[in-house]
Amino acid sequence: MSETSSAATAAPEVELDWSIESEGGSVVLPPSAYVRPRRNHVRRNLEIIILAGPAILLFLMFVIAPVIVALYYSFYKWKGFGPTNADNFVGLDNYKWTLTNPEFWGAVGHNGIIMVLSLVMQGPLAILVALLLNQKMRGRSLIRVLIFVPYVISEAIVGIGMFLMLQDEGALNKLLGLHVGWLSNPKVAMWTLMFILTWKYLGFAIILMLAGLQGIPEELSEAAAVDGATFWQIQWHIMLPLLKPTIKVWGFLSIIGAMQLFDLVYVIWGQYIATTAGVSTMAWFMAANGRLSGQLGRGSAIAIIVFILSLVVAMIYQRWVLNRDTEGALTEKEED
Amino acid sequence: MSKVKVVNKQTGAVLKATPKDGGWGHPAIYFIALCIIAVCLAPVLYIIVNGFRDNSQMTLNPSGWPNPWVPGNYGAVVTGRIGMFWRQAWNSTYIALITVVLVIVLGVMTSFVLARYKFKMRGAIYLLFASGLMFPLSVAITPLYIMMIKTHLAGSALSVILPQVAFGLPQTIIILTPFLAAIPMEIEEAAFVDGCSRLGFFFRMVVPLSMPGVITVAILNFVGSWNSYMLPLYMLTDESQYTLPLGVQMFSSAHSQETAQILAFTSLAMIPALIFFSLFEKKIVGGLTGAVKG
Repeated sequence: MSETSSAATAAPEVELDWSIESEGGSVVLPPSAYVRPRRNHVRRNLEIIILAGPAILLFLMFVIAPVIVALYYSFYKWKGFGPTNADNFVGLDNYKWTLTNPEFWGAVGHNGIIMVLSLVMQGPLAILVALLLNQKMRGRSLIRVLIFVPYVISEAIVGIGMFLMLQDEGALNKLLGLHVGWLSNPKVAMWTLMFILTWKYLGFAIILMLAGLQGIPEELSEAAAVDGATFWQIQWHIMLPLLKPTIKVWGFLSIIGAMQLFDLVYVIWGQYIATTAGVSTMAWFMAANGRLSGQLGRGSAIAIIVFILSLVVAMIYQRWVLNRDTEGALTEKEED
Repeated sequence: MSKVKVVNKQTGAVLKATPKDGGWGHPAIYFIALCIIAVCLAPVLYIIVNGFRDNSQMTLNPSGWPNPWVPGNYGAVVTGRIGMFWRQAWNSTYIALITVVLVIVLGVMTSFVLARYKFKMRGAIYLLFASGLMFPLSVAITPLYIMMIKTHLAGSALSVILPQVAFGLPQTIIILTPFLAAIPMEIEEAAFVDGCSRLGFFFRMVVPLSMPGVITVAILNFVGSWNSYMLPLYMLTDESQYTLPLGVQMFSSAHSQETAQILAFTSLAMIPALIFFSLFEKKIVGGLTGAVKG
């Protein structure tokens, strides 16, 4: 700091931050420094439009616009062809049909159960396994690959395999010498579905948690070990609190997944029996009563209702669970 | 390798600084890991192994081992006597490839703008894409189908590709933006000193430097497209246009008695994704780490 007084006359407060702002005035820069000329705003905006425009357009067309299209068709009895006009305008009938349908509310209830059970079953298990796998051990990357395998396989393919294994006369019953209606018994089917979901998505949760754990500096747990903390004390008091942001992000992804569950239910239980087996979901109900029975107006109304329900759940989660520390994790780059 | 000695200044305790991957660790960890792996792989092995049995073996003992091993089911699928494996594998491949290319090109361009330009709408655009995570495909799919009918695209590969790209963008942009923002300002300045334009900088510096992130999102989008089921189910109507998951599922409901053939077809359909994943596992995990940390 002693040089500042002598240098002050030559270059007051020279900051090595060569941003655009330092261009004007009499700031003396080091000889090799380059100052970017103030670029033409029109040119810059044009670049922004050319670069970001196509993605924004596509996104608006295929992600946002469908909600508006669905809103429009939800007021019509429309089967996929012909015009929409006063003749097939049905007002709120599609909504009334859906909202007074006990099967729909059954499906909503199932989504709720799946959502809660997914969090309760997969969350602690994934954290526990991730904490264990975060220890020093051989072959860790091989283990990571193998537990990720179910996640990589298509839901449709998993569904077919599980369907064949879990039939009344299938491999699992024969192997265990049981006669359990894994898929057909309404008391069992939901737990079968939960097992399949846990099997399918646990690997993803573990990898996410492991990724979060690897972001925690090793020095923390080493310091605690030096101070005499036991393994579980370290996990509980240091790792778990620091893993919180990752857990919250995972929770959000899990909830969104539970709200739109379709493939597995549809492939395993098909278009008709999911309701009697007690595993129908909102998306399944929408497909079965919309596209697959040719009732696109009705399907659109169901889509709008599902959209509102999903949005409410997502917003509640954002408001109450995803507080500031996760906002940082998701939108960190916003600030700089 | 580790010669570093960490000593607690107060207690004088020496910390054995073993690198994380170095030691053998506790046996219990291996036992737990082994159990989890067994549960993870059992259904997959069931599908693959049972494809080597024939239907009479399956009926007699659904949980048995192949005796004798019958390669005929796999043969029939590979030679095209049953199903349309190659045709549908090709459909899956080119739909996934086009999807990935479009998502990456559009995603990198947009992330570049979000990461390296300062302008008023920046926050709004980022928020727009971030909110895309809350718009589930299952909600948009009915109106998407209507839109595709209206534009006569329903039944074509484009009707699957375009929505897939649009729904792939949020995740892609959220993962890539931090990658591009992390490229040091000095590199950009140096490029300008050397007379690079902003776009020149984009092509010569940003694209190569963002490769690790790009590979991650490319794999995620490829696997997502390869496995996608609901979108093809809604959009595609002709067996020769089906992607593999849809083709396998349709085959299994049309030939529900041919269990062994279904299993052979099913295992062949899942192998490409498994190979692809095992080749790039490190990149996926690395990318997820980046995404979680922001």
